[in-house]
Amino acid sequence: MTQVQVRDAVLAIIADIAMDQDVTGLNDELALREQLDLDSMDFLDIVMELKKRHKIDVPQEDYTKLATLKSCVDYLTPKFKQ
Amino acid sequence: MPQFDVVIIGAGMSGLAAGIRAKMLGHENVAIVERHTIAGGLNSYYQRGKRQFDVGLHALTNFARLGEKNRPLLKICKQLRIPYDRLQLKEQRFSSIQFPFGEINFTNNKQDLITSVERLFPDEIRGLHGLIEYLSQFNETDLERPFISTRQELTHFFNNQNLIEMLLWPLLIYGSACEDDMDFGQFAIMFKAIYQEGFARPLGGVRTIIDLLLERFKMLGGEIFFKKEVKALHHDNQSCIQSLEFKDGETWQATMIFSSVGQNETWQLTKKNNALAPIGRMSFTEAIFVFDSLTAAQSPTIAFYSGHASAQYHRPEMLFDKESAVICFPNNYTDCEYKETVVRITHPANYDLWKNLSPQAYRKEKENVKEAGLALLSKNYGVDATRLLFHDVFTPLTVERYTGHQAGAVYGSPHKIKNGATPFSNLFLIGTDQGFLGVVGALLSGISMANLYLFKPTSHQMQVPNEL
Ligand SMILES: Cc1cc2nc3c(=O)[nH]c(=O)nc-3n(C[C@H](O)[C@H](O)[C@H](O)COP(=O)(O)OP(=O)(O)OC[C@H]3O[C@@H](n4cnc5c(N)ncnc54)[C@H](O)[C@@H]3O)c2cc1C
Repeated sequence: MTQVQVRDAVLAIIADIAMDQDVTGLNDELALREQLDLDSMDFLDIVMELKKRHKIDVPQEDYTKLATLKSCVDYLTPKFKQ
Repeated sequence: MPQFDVVIIGAGMSGLAAGIRAKMLGHENVAIVERHTIAGGLNSYYQRGKRQFDVGLHALTNFARLGEKNRPLLKICKQLRIPYDRLQLKEQRFSSIQFPFGEINFTNNKQDLITSVERLFPDEIRGLHGLIEYLSQFNETDLERPFISTRQELTHFFNNQNLIEMLLWPLLIYGSACEDDMDFGQFAIMFKAIYQEGFARPLGGVRTIIDLLLERFKMLGGEIFFKKEVKALHHDNQSCIQSLEFKDGETWQATMIFSSVGQNETWQLTKKNNALAPIGRMSFTEAIFVFDSLTAAQSPTIAFYSGHASAQYHRPEMLFDKESAVICFPNNYTDCEYKETVVRITHPANYDLWKNLSPQAYRKEKENVKEAGLALLSKNYGVDATRLLFHDVFTPLTVERYTGHQAGAVYGSPHKIKNGATPFSNLFLIGTDQGFLGVVGALLSGISMANLYLFKPTSHQMQVPNEL
């Protein structure tokens, strides 16, 4: 998958979790938590969906890599390729 | 023998929420078992003639508007993936705390409480601002903090005891399992839930919430069994529960079990009576009245009434304390049009005294609850008792019979188990005795306990933060 496709896949997950919020126009460099009403329980759901939909494991020590859209793409793109 | 990954005992708010999360967290066979024929538990519904009544549900606390951040109600919608709009929330008009020395009103605009306090207690306004500031920094969901007395804590902010009594009264009667005081963490939760976020009610009442939860659970592939009462949890003195035995004679096995039936009630199912926690002493009578016209149009949505000079939140020495009451007008919400006026009046009540009545005396005392309610409505709102179309009265015995909570203790035992853990490695408490109270509290409890114990996306050992 290309970086753009990975970004779309992550965004699709976030859109399902934050179902009542507008996820268009997010700034890729800013923390997702600052732009959306997401808390640690929601980040667990992101981890879970990555596993369910794409069979990707995110170990707990890497949760911080999911902070921004950009860091998600940087961290997840190699994993999508495996 | 039927085999389940997760079995949840009780289809109340906490059980339904835990069931939904269990499915969402990827567990295959998830069952909720409920001894009644319908869901909802302490907040269920019933039909009399053509009218449908909620059991309980005066109001949903923690009102939130879409787009607000860090709001418990929106967290619940998000975690359960229930679109907020489907709750069809109608906001309260205003609510009122009524003591012999005056009234304080509040709404879903948190400034209104401050204005109203300032009018009655101008010297205390700095204290109120100080308290609000302190609460905004306070981490009320810390599951480890020991009990802190709210009465003690509030003396650091206020000089006038009357204000302390008034501020405490609604929060005690809407969410304290202890008599006359509450844990400061619980106070902080309730202060935000009631005075800062406020009240709303789903159009259609509690059934709207229950139907949404049931629909979601079934859509995810969860199974729900009604008239399925757990009779025993067998463990053969091992450290985990090995099977569930039902009243209908069936036996099931389950990998994980969540119980919403209460602490003692759960221990009794395991026959481990040595672990008994104190039974809650707070129970209530509730009278429901339907009048044929809009007789009290100027009334608040909810009045927290005290004819006493201080908040009398304890088991009364008589059957019920008619001078302590919540008077709720459940159809007096904004944008709601009704032809009839419904009123629900709740009084603290003494379970033991009700329990000891003969059947005739029981009927007569229920009549007294009705008369006391009508008298209060006539005195406070000029409601004309001759317009009464229908009434019903619950007592602590009704609560016990329908929900299984011992002694009709609506808020359960004063001793909460905040991490839900039990002596058994596969049995966890959710709901009332885990510690979060009310509809919103019970939903959060089911969600957070399921997240804590059922989240297993990878082979790594997970430490799930239990932050709400
Ligand atoms: C009169 C009244 C008014 C209230 N008003 C409000 C209000 O306005 N706003 C608010 O937020 N909260 C209100 N509450 C409180 C609120 O209803 C509760 O805090 C909340 O519903 C508790 O949910 P729960 O899941 O913890 O427990 P419960 O609802 O008690 O759920 C437990 C379930 O387990 C089932 N069960 C018990 N034993 C067994 C067994 N052995 N096998 C199988 N099933 C079993 C019971 O039938 C029940 O359905 C009110 C309560 C009452 C009684």
